[in-house]
Amino acid sequence: MKLIEIKNLHVNIDDKEILKGFDLDINRGEVHAIMGPNGTGKSTLASALVGKPDYEVTAGKVIFKGKDLLEMEIEERALEGLFLAFQYPVEIPGVSMINFMKTVVDARRKHNNEDPISPVDFLNLVKKSSKLVGINDKMKGRAVNEGFSGGEKKKNEIFQMAMLQPDLAILDELDSGLDIDSLKHVAEAINKLRNKNNAFLIITHYQRLLDYIVPDYVHIMNDGKIVKSGGKELAMELESMGYDDIMSKN
Amino acid sequence: MEQVKNKVIDEFANKDYEFGFTTDIEMELAPKGLNEDIVRYISDKKGEPQWMLDYRLKAYRYWLTMKMPNWSHLKIPKIDYQDLSYFAAPKDMPKYESLDEVDPELIKTFNKLGIPLEEQKRLTGIAVDAVFDSVSVKTTFQETLKELDIIFCSMSDAIKEHPDLVKKYIGSVVPHTDNYYAALNAAVFSDGSFCYIPKGVRCPVELSTYFRINTAGTGQFERTLIVADDDSYVSYLEGCTAPQRDENQLHAAVVEIIAENNSEVKYSTVQNWYPGNKEGKGGIYNFVTKRAICKGNGSKVSWTQVETGSAITWKYPSTILKGDDSIAEFYSVAVTNNHQQADTGSKMIHLGKNSKSTIVSKGISIGQSQNTYRGMVKFGKNAHNSRNHSQCDSLLMGDRCGAHTYPYIKVENNTGIVEHEATTSKIADDQLNYLKQRGLDEEQAVSLLVNGYAKEVLKQLPMEFAAEATKLLSISMEGSVG
Repeated sequence: MKLIEIKNLHVNIDDKEILKGFDLDINRGEVHAIMGPNGTGKSTLASALVGKPDYEVTAGKVIFKGKDLLEMEIEERALEGLFLAFQYPVEIPGVSMINFMKTVVDARRKHNNEDPISPVDFLNLVKKSSKLVGINDKMKGRAVNEGFSGGEKKKNEIFQMAMLQPDLAILDELDSGLDIDSLKHVAEAINKLRNKNNAFLIITHYQRLLDYIVPDYVHIMNDGKIVKSGGKELAMELESMGYDDIMSKN
Repeated sequence: MEQVKNKVIDEFANKDYEFGFTTDIEMELAPKGLNEDIVRYISDKKGEPQWMLDYRLKAYRYWLTMKMPNWSHLKIPKIDYQDLSYFAAPKDMPKYESLDEVDPELIKTFNKLGIPLEEQKRLTGIAVDAVFDSVSVKTTFQETLKELDIIFCSMSDAIKEHPDLVKKYIGSVVPHTDNYYAALNAAVFSDGSFCYIPKGVRCPVELSTYFRINTAGTGQFERTLIVADDDSYVSYLEGCTAPQRDENQLHAAVVEIIAENNSEVKYSTVQNWYPGNKEGKGGIYNFVTKRAICKGNGSKVSWTQVETGSAITWKYPSTILKGDDSIAEFYSVAVTNNHQQADTGSKMIHLGKNSKSTIVSKGISIGQSQNTYRGMVKFGKNAHNSRNHSQCDSLLMGDRCGAHTYPYIKVENNTGIVEHEATTSKIADDQLNYLKQRGLDEEQAVSLLVNGYAKEVLKQLPMEFAAEATKLLSISMEGSVG
C-alpha cells in the first residue's frame, strides 16, 4: 500500500484556483523533492495536505495510509502521522518547549490508546532528539519559538519531528533562514531519521538543500501541477539550466 | 473559518459549572430584609459583645446614607436589599471539635469541592477554615499553629477570644465609611477568618479559607482580617464556589491585611463563584473590598488572584504602602465568559519612601462578556524615590466580547518612576493551526495558549493552588516534568 496517494488535487484560496490537478504517490522509505518557481503552489500543497482552514479543496482525493485524508480535521491528520515543518513557525508565548512537547506527545499516545509517557522516558526522548538536531538546553527552557532566530526556529521544527516520528514529514522551505553550517547539521539529522517506514516530501526553491538530503525523486511544479519528474539528477539539471529552460524543454 | 473559530470559542465558553450542586442540610435562616433588628439578630445569634454590636449599628446607619456606586463599567440590575436574607447557618451547630461531629452531608460537600478537611490531608500542609454559608465550620491544623502562637480561627471566635486584637485592627484598613458594600458588610457580616502571626514567626503551612454559599435567597458577607506582626510571614489562600441558581446572589466581603515592620503577607484567591448560565441568568454578584496596608517599614504584601466566576465582579485588591521600603504586588488573571462582567484591578497608594509596587493584570474575555481593568497608582508627597510598574494585557476570544482598561495615575512627588504598559491581543489562527498540526484538538490548543498567556500570574500561586487554578482555566498542567 502506498503511504499517500494524491489524485487530481484542485485547491482554491479565496476562490482563486492555485492547485490545478496535482498528482503524486509516495511510498514508505522514499524521499521526494518538489521544486518550482515562486507562486506555483508548492506551499499551498503543503497547507492543503495538513488541512489548514482557508484552503478549499474543490476536486480530487488524497488517501493517506488507506484513509481519506481530506475528511479529517487538521489535528486528526497530525495524529495519523502527517507532520509539517512550517516555513514560518509561529511563536507561542509563555508555553515552554517542554510543556508543549509533553502535551503533544501525550495527545498522540492517547490517540493510540497508550498511557501518558513517563517522565523518565520523556526526558530521554527529549535528550536524544535534541542531541540529534543540535538543540541546546537554553532553547528547551524557553517558550515555543519565542525570541528564536530564524535558524533556531527551523531547527526546532526538526526537533519536534524527531520527537514525534511521523510517517510522512513535509518540509516546507526548510533551508530558508538556515546558515550553511546549520543546514548541514539539520540535513544530517534528517538523514539519520530516514528509514524504510517513513517518507519525506521536501519543498524547496533551491537545489542547495538537496546536496545534503539526497532525494529519490525530484518533481518540478509549475502553475499548480507537476510538469516534470525524475531522479535526483533532475535537480542538478535544473540548477544549471534554470526553471524557464527546463520547462520550455517540455 | 469564522464559523470554525466561533465553534472553538463556544465550546470553550460553554463548559459547565462544575460546582453547581446544593447540599441538603437544615438551615437556620434570618427573616428577609434589612433593618436594625436584623443587625441585632445577627449579633445576638453570634453571641457578640456590645462593642461589636455598636460597630455594626454604626455601620448600618452610615450605610443608610449611602448610594450604590455607579462609576464602574458594569451593568448591575437593581438589587432589592430587603429581599435578601442576611444570615443563614447550618442548624444546631454550636462548635465542632472533630470531624466526626460534623454533618456528613457537609463533609460530602467539602469533599466534592476537594477541600482538604480530612485529617489525612494534613499532609498537604494547608490549614483550612471553611465558611459554609455564613458560619465557619471547621478549622484544621489548630495544634500545629498553637505551638507557634499563631491565631487562625473564625471571625466569631476571634471577637470572643481575642477582642483586643480584633478591636485594634478591624476597620483600620477598610473603614465602615469606605464604600457602600464595605458599610453593608460591616453591618451584617456573618463570619469569616481571622489570622494573627506573632512577631518573628514564619507560618509553616498555607492558611486557607473556603467559602461556599449554599442556601437560596441569602447573601454572604464574610470578613477576613489578617495581621502579620513584625518580621513574620504568612501565605493565605482563599477559594470560593456556589450552587447553580437562577437567582442572583450577593456576596459582599471585606478583607483587611495589616503588615507590620519587615513582615510579608501573600494572599492568593481562586474565585469561582457560580457565573450564571449561558444566557446570563443567575450567578453571584461579587462586590468585594480587599485592602492591605504595608504599615511597617520593609513590609511586603502580594495579591494573586485568578478570577473565573461570578456574574458580576467588582473588586480591587489594593495596598497602601505606608512604610518606607515597602513592597506591594498585584497579579491577576480574570476570565470572563458568556454574559459575565468583571471590573477589577488594583490600587497602589505609595506614602512611604522607596516603596515599590508591581501590577500585572491579564484579562481574558470570551463569549459576550465584558472585562475591565481599573487601576490606580498614587505617589504621595513623601513617597520619595518610589516606583511602580503596571502591565495590563487583554486577550479577546471571538468578536462579541469587550476588554477595557482604565488606568489612573496620580503623582505628587517628582522623584518617583511610574511605568504603564498595556497590550490587547487575540488568539491568532496561525497559532491555533500550528498547535493543531502537532495533534492537539481545539480545546487543548486554546488551553495551552491561554495558559501561556496567563503564566506570569499563575506562577505566583502556591503549588497547591496553581493546580486548581490551571484546572479551572481548563488548562493542561504545566511541567509535570522538567
